[in-house]
Amino acid sequence: MEEGKRAIITVLGHDRVGIIYGISGVLANNNVNILDISQTILKEFFTMVMVVDVSQSLVEFAELKEQLAGKGKELGLQVNLQHEDIFKFMHRI
Amino acid sequence: MSQLEINWDKEPVPLSRVPIIEEVLRVPFNISNEEILETWRMVEVEKLDIRTITMGINILDCRDADAEKTGRNIYDKICLSARDLVKVGQDIEKDYGIPIINKRISVTPIAMLVDGFSADQIIKIGHYLDQAALEVGVNFLGGFSALVHKGYTRGARELIKAIPETLASTEHVCSSVNVGTTKAGINMDAVYDMGKIIKTTAQLTADRDGLGCCKLVVFCNAVDDNPFMAGAFHGPGEPELVLNIGISGPGVVGNVVKNNPDCDLGELANRIKNTAFKITRSGELVGRVASSRLGVPFGIVDLSLAPTPAVGDSVAEILEAMGLERVGTHGSTAALALLNDAVKKGGAMASSYVGGLSGAFIPVSEDAGMIEAAAAGALSIDKLEAMTCVCSVGLDMIAVPGDTPAETLSAIIADEAAIGMINRKTTAVRIIPAPGKQEGDYVEFGGLLGRAPVMSVNKNLSTLFINRKGRIPAPIQALNN
Repeated sequence: MEEGKRAIITVLGHDRVGIIYGISGVLANNNVNILDISQTILKEFFTMVMVVDVSQSLVEFAELKEQLAGKGKELGLQVNLQHEDIFKFMHRI
Repeated sequence: MSQLEINWDKEPVPLSRVPIIEEVLRVPFNISNEEILETWRMVEVEKLDIRTITMGINILDCRDADAEKTGRNIYDKICLSARDLVKVGQDIEKDYGIPIINKRISVTPIAMLVDGFSADQIIKIGHYLDQAALEVGVNFLGGFSALVHKGYTRGARELIKAIPETLASTEHVCSSVNVGTTKAGINMDAVYDMGKIIKTTAQLTADRDGLGCCKLVVFCNAVDDNPFMAGAFHGPGEPELVLNIGISGPGVVGNVVKNNPDCDLGELANRIKNTAFKITRSGELVGRVASSRLGVPFGIVDLSLAPTPAVGDSVAEILEAMGLERVGTHGSTAALALLNDAVKKGGAMASSYVGGLSGAFIPVSEDAGMIEAAAAGALSIDKLEAMTCVCSVGLDMIAVPGDTPAETLSAIIADEAAIGMINRKTTAVRIIPAPGKQEGDYVEFGGLLGRAPVMSVNKNLSTLFINRKGRIPAPIQALNN
């Protein structure tokens, strides 16, 4: 099967200054384009979902995933990078 | 030209150029944040995982006149065919963020290519299988098996003799023997023998609480494409290579039940169905991606709820969340029937190819809730037997006293096989007569195999019945042509 080129970043944790700055910095350094960002804050609990294009990424998927998780740790957040197809498969027929 | 500049001179876009719906769906990404977080929650909190990717490998072409050479051929073929299996599995885990717990291999039942070899020679072939599993990095390799529902071939007879020593001297090899089918009836000679084989296997691994028996399954109506151990083998109707996927997710289904304490059972079944659909879709995706990356055909998704000893990953907890004080009490069979059916209905819609065992597993030692219920005396072997009438796959991972007679073990196998034969379903027995242990003691296997309280068996003997041997004829249900 043909696998899609986009990936989803989920960021979860306590709200603080500089979350988008930190995450998007990692993405910019690796030439990963952001296609969409949305975030919600519920009682200080911060959730952000980013749709990114990884087709031009300078590093492998696994490496990018590690860098993002590392940045998340620095900011006290859980950051996850997943291929888009898992969501499409689960939630759309 | 920067993206911010607008070219006003451009012609207006003709209506025929308006993107069609498929193009609109491609960008932007149209999955809601709630749905993304639901998936995140399933994996991180509710322990959703793909239980196994199992590669089936045909090894019939490895047969040589010499047993040693046959073993080497099998080793070479497995190492070549499955060299990328573990790596691809790990890559998919990272890319999609969904854990794949086990990568495994099943091979053609070894009995089909050992005619003329002695039990000792077959044990050596078992060692080659073990080495191959170690080399490619899988934790279990199934197929040290024989299909003897109608009778023994010479190869099958020797293979069965070789089972106890092979399981005692290997780590990764799993064995299964099919003693009955709806079409053939039950081979009671094999049932008689398997009681003794199980006893011997337990004795040879007495230092590990009879661990060898955890790797030995006795089936009725065994399936060719089962990805789950210990009963996986690459059946005679399967292609050269194939990938079968076993899904899991008792935790996810359990939470659905817990979060809906007030809805009636019809509505509950519906909600389980919706969740089973999503769980199965993840398996379908992993199957398709793995198949394309490995260049191996995608076989089936097995829609089974497979528990692990981890808290929150238990089928028993789902049944208890439905409103049973303890699994094993009255109502357990009905609750399990509802659960099993709802999982199948949701799963069947989600996958293009469903197969394998496809039903909730109720192993005792591998399910925290089952262990508790057995220890509390709420769950008996008799109730487990009744529950196997409505789910897969049988009396699974049950420890019984070490002094249980071989004929009693055979009789337990015969009962399960009869349930399978009459109801046209797969049933199995994976039972451990734990050496030196009595009712109330515990056996410890560790890891996915877990721990289990030793359960009591009926003390009245079945010896004369089992000693009659012979063949229980195929039931009238078989005459459907």
